[in-house]
Amino acid sequence: MSIPIGAEAPDFQLPGADGATWSAFDPGPATPPATVVVFTCNHCPYALAWQDRLADAARDYADRGVRFLAINANDADRYPRDSFDAMKARVAGEDWPMPYLHDSTQEVAHAYGAKVTPDVFVLDSERRLRYRGAPDSDYDDPGQNAQWLREALDAVLGGSEPSRAETKPVGCSIKWKQ
Amino acid sequence: MNVELLWWEGCPSTERALTAVREALTDLGLDGVEVRMQEIKDDGDAEETRFVGSPTILIDGVDLVPVAANEQIGLSCRVYRRRDGRVSPIPDPDDLREALRIAAERAEVKR
Repeated sequence: MSIPIGAEAPDFQLPGADGATWSAFDPGPATPPATVVVFTCNHCPYALAWQDRLADAARDYADRGVRFLAINANDADRYPRDSFDAMKARVAGEDWPMPYLHDSTQEVAHAYGAKVTPDVFVLDSERRLRYRGAPDSDYDDPGQNAQWLREALDAVLGGSEPSRAETKPVGCSIKWKQ
Repeated sequence: MNVELLWWEGCPSTERALTAVREALTDLGLDGVEVRMQEIKDDGDAEETRFVGSPTILIDGVDLVPVAANEQIGLSCRVYRRRDGRVSPIPDPDDLREALRIAAERAEVKR
């Protein structure tokens, strides 16, 4: 079950493909006005199709202090393409504007109630969930430009409630350990 | 011509893929061709059918998109490339039409 809209999101500490350890709420001296947590992976066509739009949003909102964290929680034993080494190789070969974190125990994915990749969670400065769902309405239309995510971020940054707080996340099921 | 669509419930692209196959058949005047649906339920099914991801479309037993020898067999969503380079969970409609057209012509020659 996913955390409900308005509830405080769980903190976590996870290793990143960049070699650092990242926390959900350890941003340094300034509290970010919003944090985006995206559950994603290497092997899912939906996650891959939306990746550029999510990366563009991360770049576009960086100046406004929004923090993006991507998390891969898939069972790498059954899906080797989602191994930590494969994540590192991917980050090394691509331009990632956000850390790519490995949730090897799947505890974070369970705590957030993530279901698929990609599954987007937007948190406000008080760590409360303000949006959860898909980046936009169509993985197959780059022109959508992560519109639902951007609308949610604009609302949170503007101090209002997103008009669309929840949408159905669309993608590959998270590969849980058996 | 035999057209099969192998699918796994963990991927939400089955309906979209089936629609794409049917539209391609219609475009080619092959409305009468049945699309046989085969659900891949577990790892055993995947091994048996050499399933590399959902959806997999077989035309006369041949995969629409050639599969690399080292491709992992198992329950996952398949990654396709559109002709413009985009990643997609279903094949490019033009690839689908072309493969069906070639299969139809081959079947015609055999008669």
